[in-house]
Amino acid sequence: MKKLIVAFLLAAVPMLVMAAGGGAHLDDADIDLGDQASLQRGAKYFVNYCLSCHSAQFQRYNRMARDLGLTETEVIENLMFTTDKIGDTMKIAMTEEQGTEWFGSPPPDLSVLARARGVDWIYTYLRSFYVDEKRPFGVNNIVFPDVGMPHVLWELQGAQKAVFKLEKDAAGNDVEKFDHFEPVSEGLLSPAEYDQVARDLTAFMSYIAEPIQMERKRLGVWVLLFIAVFFVLSYLLKKEYWKDVH
Amino acid sequence: MSADGVDLKKRRTLTLATSAVGAVGTGFAIYPFLAAWAPSEKAKAAGAPVEADIGKLEPGQLMRVKWRGKPVWIVYRTDQNLQDLSSLESILLDPDSDDTGQQPDYCKNPERAIKGKYLVAIGICTHLGCSPTYRPEIAPEDLGPEWKGGFFCPCHGSKFDLSGRVYAGVPAPKNLEIPPYQYLSDSRILIGTDGGAA
Amino acid sequence: MSMMKNFMGWIDDRYPMTKVWNEHLAQYYAPKNFNFWYFMGSLALLVLVIQIVTGVWLAMSYKPDAELAFGSVEYIMRDVEWGWLIRYLHSTGASAFFVVIYLHMFRGLMYGSYRKPRELLWIIGVIIYLAMMATAFFGYLLPWGQMSYWGAQVIVNLFSAVPVIGPDLGVWVRGDYVISDATLNRFFALHFLLPFILAALVFIHIVALHKVGSNNPDGIEIKKGPKGNRWSDSAPADGIPFHPYYTVKDIAGVAGFLFLFAAVVFFAPEMGGYFIEHPNFEPANPLKTPEHIAPVWYFTPFYAILRAVPSIAGSAFPGVVAMFASILIMFFLPWLDRSPVKSIKYKGMLYKVILWIFVLDFIMLGYLGVKPTTDLYKLMAQIGTIYYFAFFLLMPIYSKIDKTKPVPERVTE
Repeated sequence: MKKLIVAFLLAAVPMLVMAAGGGAHLDDADIDLGDQASLQRGAKYFVNYCLSCHSAQFQRYNRMARDLGLTETEVIENLMFTTDKIGDTMKIAMTEEQGTEWFGSPPPDLSVLARARGVDWIYTYLRSFYVDEKRPFGVNNIVFPDVGMPHVLWELQGAQKAVFKLEKDAAGNDVEKFDHFEPVSEGLLSPAEYDQVARDLTAFMSYIAEPIQMERKRLGVWVLLFIAVFFVLSYLLKKEYWKDVH
Repeated sequence: MSADGVDLKKRRTLTLATSAVGAVGTGFAIYPFLAAWAPSEKAKAAGAPVEADIGKLEPGQLMRVKWRGKPVWIVYRTDQNLQDLSSLESILLDPDSDDTGQQPDYCKNPERAIKGKYLVAIGICTHLGCSPTYRPEIAPEDLGPEWKGGFFCPCHGSKFDLSGRVYAGVPAPKNLEIPPYQYLSDSRILIGTDGGAA
Repeated sequence: MSMMKNFMGWIDDRYPMTKVWNEHLAQYYAPKNFNFWYFMGSLALLVLVIQIVTGVWLAMSYKPDAELAFGSVEYIMRDVEWGWLIRYLHSTGASAFFVVIYLHMFRGLMYGSYRKPRELLWIIGVIIYLAMMATAFFGYLLPWGQMSYWGAQVIVNLFSAVPVIGPDLGVWVRGDYVISDATLNRFFALHFLLPFILAALVFIHIVALHKVGSNNPDGIEIKKGPKGNRWSDSAPADGIPFHPYYTVKDIAGVAGFLFLFAAVVFFAPEMGGYFIEHPNFEPANPLKTPEHIAPVWYFTPFYAILRAVPSIAGSAFPGVVAMFASILIMFFLPWLDRSPVKSIKYKGMLYKVILWIFVLDFIMLGYLGVKPTTDLYKLMAQIGTIYYFAFFLLMPIYSKIDKTKPVPERVTE
């Protein structure tokens, strides 16, 4: 038994010792994919604010209807602006050339962005735009410096500026380090409400990144239970036969 | 280390139980691999119901739409065509459309249609899958004096009347298939779904 | 019953069915003292089967085309019924294969399973390991994500470090000046082919095993011991028939393994970014390297060795040589070990300490392989590399001077 534990530790160590890399501090997105109302709100924000420039070319509308507890008619009437076929994926009319011309580089497809960046990153990103006159759209972002995207949710959030403080780096040079945000103008929503918008959007993007994920975990419980039963039976069988040997 | 102490009954029971649970588990494991061959969401989306505008169709005219990659015919039958249907019944294989697999229940009538004027049928011969030719003319030379208009399959000579009913004595064994469809308005039909009417 | 007998008789006259069954299962006598480590062989075989079956099924929907590959993986994940499960079984299976094989190899190291008369068995095993690494490397390009692309770019460029012919060799391997559609297409073909060669090698591995018989935790040759057990008078006294005793034991082992495997597949298929790396969810972009690229975890010890060796006259070739040498040196293991005993059970403290430090060293190298190089990490990797080679090259000395314990006549429980 002791050796068994050692073996599992050996197998697990290479994965456990590796900690995540550096970068800006990220806030906990605290999303709940079981909360369909949150996902539905997220879907609404997504098609209204994101889906004109960003596609989600692997996500089908009818799949979204099914998974988010909406009828196809509801989706067709409220959430489909770029196509009229419920079986279509979330594509956009903007071409890569247009995207490059308008934003410097084509806005990336968002289907699996939540898996590439992580949900905390998206949540923090959506809340980290600040006024920066040096940028083409007048805004910059703490977690994505010199981002090419304007702050499309500014009406909701209002404008904020970033306050930096000076710190010494290892070589003794002064470096600017982000400290906190200060509001410049009020938005339509309170900060708490805006955080909820960001959370809903993040939840929705996490959903489209892997639509099966909730179902996968539900199924997994049954699979593990079944294998556990099989293990017990096969272990008893082994013990029974090995009476001959011992 | 003696064979006498072996509880054979327990051993057999455990072997049986483990094998049974193992077999069920193997079944569970195989199922996803079989299911993976079903049409994907993409194929289903491409095979979604299609709309057809029949407002501009003239009497006697045929139009084609594609549904699930197959040709679907919509034929505007004249009053004469509809009258002729009953005169052919003696030489047809299944004049009353008794083969329920070939049409939805609401099309089990002589016109094999929701509205008599418009035939909606899948244009694939039930013999080996060629697409028959539309032959509306009456008694042409090659099809004989009995011909009241219909569909003729050039591959093996199967004949169908203007309701897609197959003639007796030709290679095709069944009437042409009628897909599920519904009228969205007088001039627009949706092919591929009937909203559960069947 | 007699019909069954007649049928088997008919078969046996034409194909040695019963003979094979008896020689390799029912009357194949394996040492009775196998422990936990002896599950790994059958588990490796199971994972190979899982990989081949899921792989063939993935190939039914995957498109080996630079324009379509990334999308076709997402198509499998979303649009193909149960495609997500088949894909996760395959991606988790790749890592599970290496987990199981590393434990299998470590078992060999502990109990001296490479020693005479099992030298060839060990060598075939190392060839299998090489074939596995090649298969995994080709397969990793197929999702055509950023990590796939840049990982392949870096590894293929190793060939370019070969003096004189290097640059041409790199272009030849890629079929282009960068990793491209042509590279993807040929890697797919090879990734599909190699597992079948792997299966053939595994068959040869088992043939060799059954010729010499299994080693065991005591490192005692049961065939040289006394004869006679309850099943046969001529079989080794310490042997038991593989079937049913080890078949039922391995089935329990398989169930235990599948529990852990399914736990990963259903609850943590990305395994925190180590089984499926996060940057691989961005489509390959030849114009933008991800901030930090690292090979998948099972390659990282060798990658650390590659980076630890300083380049000479601006050429990275010495690192490449060291990396390949670190794998090829395993072939010589049977002749490097001069200890009078096989199993670690009867070796002295010196050998035990050296072996366990080697394990820690291998894990440390694996860790360093995913980290960006800093001065400290580089120094650690260099020390680790020296220890890695010293473990093998000094083995003739330390295994000889090690104080061993007397080996008993019969296997212990």
